[in-house]
Amino acid sequence: MTWDEMRPLLTQACSETFQMVGWSALIAVAAGLPIGVLLVLTDRGGLLQNPPVNKVLGAVVNIGRSLPFLILMVALMTFTRWVVGTTIGVEAAVVPLSIGALPFFARLVETSVRGVDHGLVEAVQSMGGSTWTIVRKVLVPEALPSVISGVTTTVIALLGYSAMAGSVGAGGLGDLAIRYGYQRFETGLMNVTVLVLVVVVTAVQLLGDLAARAVDKRGRGSTSGPRLRLLRTPARATAATSSSATASSATETS
Amino acid sequence: MITTAGLTKVYRSRGRDLTALDGVDLHVREGEVFGVVGQSGAGKSTLIRCVNLLERPTSGTVTVAGQELTALAGRGKRTSRELRSARSRIGMVFQHFNLLSSRTVQGNVELPLEILGADGKERSRRAGELLDLVGLADKAKAYPAQLSGGQKQRVGIARALAGDPQVLLSDEATSALDPETTRSILQLLRDLNRRLGLTVLLITHEMDVIKTVCDSAALMKEGRIVESGTVPELLATPGSELAHELFPIGEVPSSDGRTIVDLTFHGEAAAQPVISRLARTYNVDVSILGAAIETVAGLQVGRMRIELPGRFEDNVVPIGFLREQGLQVDVAGPEAAPAPRQPAVEPPHLAHAVKETAK
Ligand SMILES: Nc1ncnc2c1ncn2[C@@H]1O[C@H](COP(=O)(O)OP(=O)(O)OP(=O)(O)O)[C@@H](O)[C@H]1O
Ligand SMILES: [Mg+2]
Repeated sequence: MTWDEMRPLLTQACSETFQMVGWSALIAVAAGLPIGVLLVLTDRGGLLQNPPVNKVLGAVVNIGRSLPFLILMVALMTFTRWVVGTTIGVEAAVVPLSIGALPFFARLVETSVRGVDHGLVEAVQSMGGSTWTIVRKVLVPEALPSVISGVTTTVIALLGYSAMAGSVGAGGLGDLAIRYGYQRFETGLMNVTVLVLVVVVTAVQLLGDLAARAVDKRGRGSTSGPRLRLLRTPARATAATSSSATASSATETS
Repeated sequence: MITTAGLTKVYRSRGRDLTALDGVDLHVREGEVFGVVGQSGAGKSTLIRCVNLLERPTSGTVTVAGQELTALAGRGKRTSRELRSARSRIGMVFQHFNLLSSRTVQGNVELPLEILGADGKERSRRAGELLDLVGLADKAKAYPAQLSGGQKQRVGIARALAGDPQVLLSDEATSALDPETTRSILQLLRDLNRRLGLTVLLITHEMDVIKTVCDSAALMKEGRIVESGTVPELLATPGSELAHELFPIGEVPSSDGRTIVDLTFHGEAAAQPVISRLARTYNVDVSILGAAIETVAGLQVGRMRIELPGRFEDNVVPIGFLREQGLQVDVAGPEAAPAPRQPAVEPPHLAHAVKETAK
């Protein structure tokens, strides 16, 4: 298979993967964030202490996390058909992907929010802030660097899940690798696909780290300012060069 | 300005009850700086946190600026709107500053104003004023991580003042700072107290803090206030532990057949040559064992420990003479006075602790 033959396949697969991962990450983050915060608030000694709600929420999250993705996907088929009207294609893959990633991300958010110094909560309480104010102005902003790292981890996990979802008809890079590499012995295409996945994962990690560092103001003073600015302006350039560096090293190892 | 009546706090944990506050009656007058000292675990933090109801007292009442906060609290665990609005009129400063790392200095000072619903322009104007007041106008755009401890506490103070409070609560605001910075922060608190008529209730480990800024003080022990009053009152109270702590002249040495007398003199009396007159009039040999003169709450106060030959019974007349001179006389020693007082907070140990936290 020549490069010219591979290119349209790869472009198509990339776009499918990005759509699947993009949409499901968006949904998982949008729903996982409030659930993660709620897990902290309703816990014992929390601002909205409520053991029954906390137990139920925790149990649902744990069940969601303990199911292997493949099983979750099959188990959710009826639900998926009900939501998007079909069980194949990108749209259908987004349903189990977001539901699979949601509890995962919610737990990451929970951990991040627990990391916020309780003294800050008290400070805002002493100013007369309500629980909602505390969530909006303390818990979320203070946990943000760590939450962004959680988003990065979730997106990367979703890239992995999407390979499985792809095999049930949603396409994407994973599906490409299986169909051509495994079933038709197109080792060349498979290697390129793996390479693309490595590059994508590396780029996601790098951008995530950059974003987390950009919002993290906890660093010790004067050094963080200039260093960040140095990194921020040519962010795309840096990402590009280092991913190509990783790519070349990956070629060597493969 | 701040009154607590029968304030009690019991922590229940795993079946065991711990009484952190045991019927505390505190009275802080308007416009004064009131210091609370006591050993670790005495309940000082619990007390100050009960004043703005960050901690719900088990029983008793808290009244701040004429408003009974304990009545506003509501039944359940949730904080009522009335209580939140009352809290916004009580500033609080913390030992570990508790500034939001995600916000600039200005953003931190604006936070209470956001809670009060001030608009953007008003907020930045007020934040500018407050930062000017604490001497940090040039740091408005910096993040807390870029500030020194003393600067962070100044931001903490500016933030506490944003809601225009009449009362400022401070729980060991200087305990994480070095002595130099401590002095400047205390100076600032004193200034604010004078200029804004702010009532300040502060908790501290350090006697120096009481000495430098407080008008009144209280000593806490095991959840109770055991001594309380204005600093001059305390100094004039025979056997006052706080007075003794403010003026440590060391332990009472064993005094077989001699009489040890502690003299405290303020103002006028300090200027008179009392000791030499005593020696001349009664023809006794007076040895001076120790002496200190300091400024406490703006007053010149001195304390001296002298030794007279003979037992207490032999010295009744000279001691009477000293009392006549307007001095406060405490006879220390085995027969006459209560057993040597155990200092509530050991000064050398304290100085050590301060150095440690400064590192
Ligand atoms: N949340 C809590 N749960 C259980 N016990 C508590 C709690 N907070 C404080 N205590 C207990 O109450 C007592 C008084 O504590 P508090 O923090 O008021 O002391 P403190 O005088 O401020 O001490 P320090 O000088 O060390 O700050 C201590 O014995 C402490 O263990
Ligand atoms: Mg304390």
